[in-house]
Order: sequence, then C-alpha cells, then structure tokens
Amino acid sequence: MAHATVARPTALAGEMPLWDRLKVPIFYALLILWTLIAVLPYWLTIVYSFMPKTEIFAPPRLWPSPFTLENYRVVLTAFDEFPRWLLNSTLFALSATALRVFFASLAGYAFARMRFPGRRLLFNLVLGSMMLPGMAMLVPQYWMAVKWFKFVDTLYGLTIVWVSGSFAFGVFMMTQFFKQLPRDLEEAAFIDGATWFTTYFRVILPLARPALLALGILSFQGSWNEFMLSLILLQTPDNFTLPLGLAMFRFQYYAIYSNVLAGSLFNSLPIMIIFFVFQRYFVEGVAYTGLKGT
Amino acid sequence: MTRVSARTLQEWITAYTFLLPVLLGWGIFVFLAMLMSLYFSFTTFNLLKPPQWLGVDNYLRVVRHPDFFRYAVPNTLKYVAVVVPVQTVLSLIFAFALDQKLRARDFFRTAFYLPSVTSSVVIGIIFVWLFAPQGVINQLLGLEINWLNNTKTSLPTIMIVNIWSTTGTLMLIFLAGLQDIPGELYEAAAIDGASRLQMFRYVTVPLLRPVIFFVVTLGIIGTFQVFDQIYIMTKGGPLKSTMTWVYLIYFWGWQEVRPDMGRASAAAFLLAVTIFVVTMVQRRFIEGSEE
Repeated sequence: MAHATVARPTALAGEMPLWDRLKVPIFYALLILWTLIAVLPYWLTIVYSFMPKTEIFAPPRLWPSPFTLENYRVVLTAFDEFPRWLLNSTLFALSATALRVFFASLAGYAFARMRFPGRRLLFNLVLGSMMLPGMAMLVPQYWMAVKWFKFVDTLYGLTIVWVSGSFAFGVFMMTQFFKQLPRDLEEAAFIDGATWFTTYFRVILPLARPALLALGILSFQGSWNEFMLSLILLQTPDNFTLPLGLAMFRFQYYAIYSNVLAGSLFNSLPIMIIFFVFQRYFVEGVAYTGLKGT
Repeated sequence: MTRVSARTLQEWITAYTFLLPVLLGWGIFVFLAMLMSLYFSFTTFNLLKPPQWLGVDNYLRVVRHPDFFRYAVPNTLKYVAVVVPVQTVLSLIFAFALDQKLRARDFFRTAFYLPSVTSSVVIGIIFVWLFAPQGVINQLLGLEINWLNNTKTSLPTIMIVNIWSTTGTLMLIFLAGLQDIPGELYEAAAIDGASRLQMFRYVTVPLLRPVIFFVVTLGIIGTFQVFDQIYIMTKGGPLKSTMTWVYLIYFWGWQEVRPDMGRASAAAFLLAVTIFVVTMVQRRFIEGSEE
C-alpha cells in the first residue's frame, strides 16, 4: 500500500505493470466471490423461511415465491417452548455478559496495576488455562453441578459455569488493556487521597469503556451462541437456551425444515443486528486477541 | 518503614479482593476441574458409584479402543491437517486484499465476518439443508451427492463448513496485524530498490510472524475440539466417518447405555496433552525458521 507514495524509477515501469494492472481486478474478484459465499447461505435461509414447507427443496431463487408467513406463525404459536427458549437465551446471555465483564475487569486491573505475592504465578496459570480443551473440564463441571452445587438443569448454574470457564480470556484482555493505559489520571487521584476502589470506579471504569464494550460484545456473542455446555447441563426443554432448542428442532422436525429455518433466524438475526450496530467493537475485540496477545 | 509496609499490606488485600470473584469461579470450574479430571481418569467412575482407583487401565482401554484409534484420532488429525492450513492461507490472502486501498473495504469486511457471528447450531442447521441430496448446492452444481450421508464426503463437508465459518475471524486478526506494520518500512525498502516479492519476504513475513503463530495456534486449539457441527450435522456418522476425539468423549461420557466418565476423562486428558504438544511443536517450527 505504501509503494504508491514512492516515485519509482521509470526504468522499472516497463517490467512491473503486469501484476500492478492485474492486482486490483484479481483482488476484487476474490473479495466479491467470498462475499457471495459468506452471505448467500443466510439470504437463502431467509428466502426459504418465507416459503411453504413443501417448497423447501424448490430450485434456488433469490426472492420468496410463493410467499407465506406460515412458518413463523407455526414456530411462535405451535411450539409452546419456543418463546421460552428466546427468553432463557436472553437472560443467560445478558447476565453472563455482565458478570464476566465486571469481574474480569476487576481482576485485570489488579493484575495490571497492583503488586502482590503470587501475581506472576496466578496470571500465568490463568493464561495457560486458555489452552485447555473445554471438553476436558466438562466431566468434573457436570459432576460438581450434580453433586456439589445441585444446579444442574438451571439457567443460573449454566451462567455460573460458563462465566467461570470464560474468565481466563476476559482477564487476559482487560489486563492487556489496563497495562497500556497511561497512569497520570490514577496518580492524580491517589495524590488526592483516593483509595483503590474509588479510583477504579471513578477514574478507571470510564476510561476503559472501549475495552469493556469490546469484551461485552464478544461475551454476548459467545453466550448467545453457546451450545456444548448447555447440552451437558440443561435437561428439561423448559430450561433450554435457543441453540439447544434449535438443535432439538433440527432432529425432531426434519420433515418440516422450513419451520426449522424460520426458528433458526430467531437466533442468528439478533446477533447480526448487534454486529451491524457495534461492528467497531467486534473488530477491536478480535484485534485485541490477535495483536496484543503475542 | 512501618507505614510503607502497612500500605503494601493494604495493596495485597485490595488486590486479592479485586481478584476474588475470578479466583473463586476459575479456581473451582477450571483449575480444580482440571485436577479432578486428571484424578477421574485413573478411576472407574459413572456418577452413580463413588470413583474407584484403577491406575492406568483407563488409558490403556482408551488407546486400545477401535473407536479411538481407528476413527476418532485419524478423523481429528485429518480434520486439523486440512482445516488449519486452508483457513490460515485463505484468511491471509483476504487480509492482504483488504489491506489494499480498495473501494467498499468496510462492506467486504462486514460480509466476511458475518459467518463468524452466528452460532454453530444455526450454521449446522443451514448447511444440513444446503448439502441435502436435493439441496441448493447439488442443484446449483448439477450433482446428486448425498454429502453428509456418504462416508467419503461427510468429513470433507464438515471441513468446508468450518473453514467457511472461521475464515472471517482469522482475516480480521491478520488485517489488524498488517495494518500495524509501519508504512515507512515499505518506503525504506522501496528506496533500497526492493521488489514487491522481496518486500513481502523481508518486511511483511517477519513482522507478521507472531500473528501467524497466533492464528495457527487458535486454529489448532479450535479444530482439535470440533464438536458442535458434528453433533448438529452428522452425530459422528455415517459409520463413524465423522467420529472425532471430542465427540467420542461426549459419546462415552453421556450417550452410552452405561456412561463411563473415567474413560471419557482419560481421553480428554490425552487430548489436552496432544493439543499442548502440537502447539509447542508448531511454535518451535514458526520461531525456529526465524534465526
């Protein structure tokens, strides 16, 4: 990208152009092709969800014809549990997001700014645990939920285990963020006699808004889409989250797949809308994990 | 002197207060859980009876089990070996393309990231339908393949779906890495008469190496644990052709008539060790070529 600003010796001009001339069209072709590959499956899902269930394997089209709202009516009225799943998922995702962001930012601040015995060891242990496969902890997590805490098949149990299991990344991200924050404002607060707590709530939290939002968005996405842990911990359909309910749909109503497609949009459309609105924070969150991570 | 240590002590107490919720949650459901998983892996254990010490028998039963060495391990290794390189290279190419000064960059970035935003369950649901025998993909390509119900095509189909869904995230990470390379470095190289290829080789690749390492690590950790799509799309079938490591653990621990959580834990622990070793080896590999 930078080469455009540098004047090239004219002698080179004769040998360079082939790639230079082809580069832009090739890149555009690639980008357009992958855009179609990425977007079409969703668009087709929307289109066929507005078509009668008998038309589910009708030849591909980009607009619903014949058009019907029947699938949505069936999903929302004929399946008692469906609205319940939506509610459960919303409650779970909101509480999991709030708990994870708040507690992870507290811990991240301690790791980034305070000196205390065991700091390095603890931080490295938390960091290292990000490599562990979730499945390796699922047997004991399930066992604890059944035997110790007796919260198997409850939403709050799912919330506690999910938030605990996802702390490591949140703490890591917040620590990295606080480390690169200038200390001036905090030091001014300390000179004025503020305690750690008041400094954290009055000075640090407002400054950390972008990082909190980025982690919040990633957490909402993660919990809204969570599947494996819910599959293990939740048992009665009334307690299911939407992804778990949809998974059940997919196997029980394979014959009326138009309904399944319509139902699936209740999971994917909300998160897509959030993505369009908060896109900047998604991108920042992902960039954080990649760059500052190594 | 005493005042200083009182303040220090106060800082220690404050720090641990700030850390308390995380230490409790992470300590119980991650750290302790991992230790218990290790203990369970040496016992007979199925929730009904208290665990009984068994020694390394579980590990022997795991590695000798045909479902493990004939299906789960080879399928998982194939899956990792295909998906990680393909998604890394694809996302790097797209990041390069987006790093150029093109029109509609933001539009492309949004479109590319879309598959990474939605849940694996929904993605599974959509692709089960698209890849159905009379589905859109067969109709468009004029084929009659039963993608998910054929032992030859089932695993590759799941690979395609996963590459489709993760490439967007990895592209964003690469893009952030590319944009972090200072433009002056390219200008300096251009003044020294470096060709486009040389710039790529001597400026881009070395500076991008940590990001490549990170993307490959993420890829390895993620692909070794493939589960959701398998559950939604094939449940390990047909004829165990999509039986993977984590799906087998789930099957042993929760789906069998007599669940065997000791054996499931042993298989899970072997997976943790494998992921760790593979990540270390690829680290040596990527850093070793650096000099």
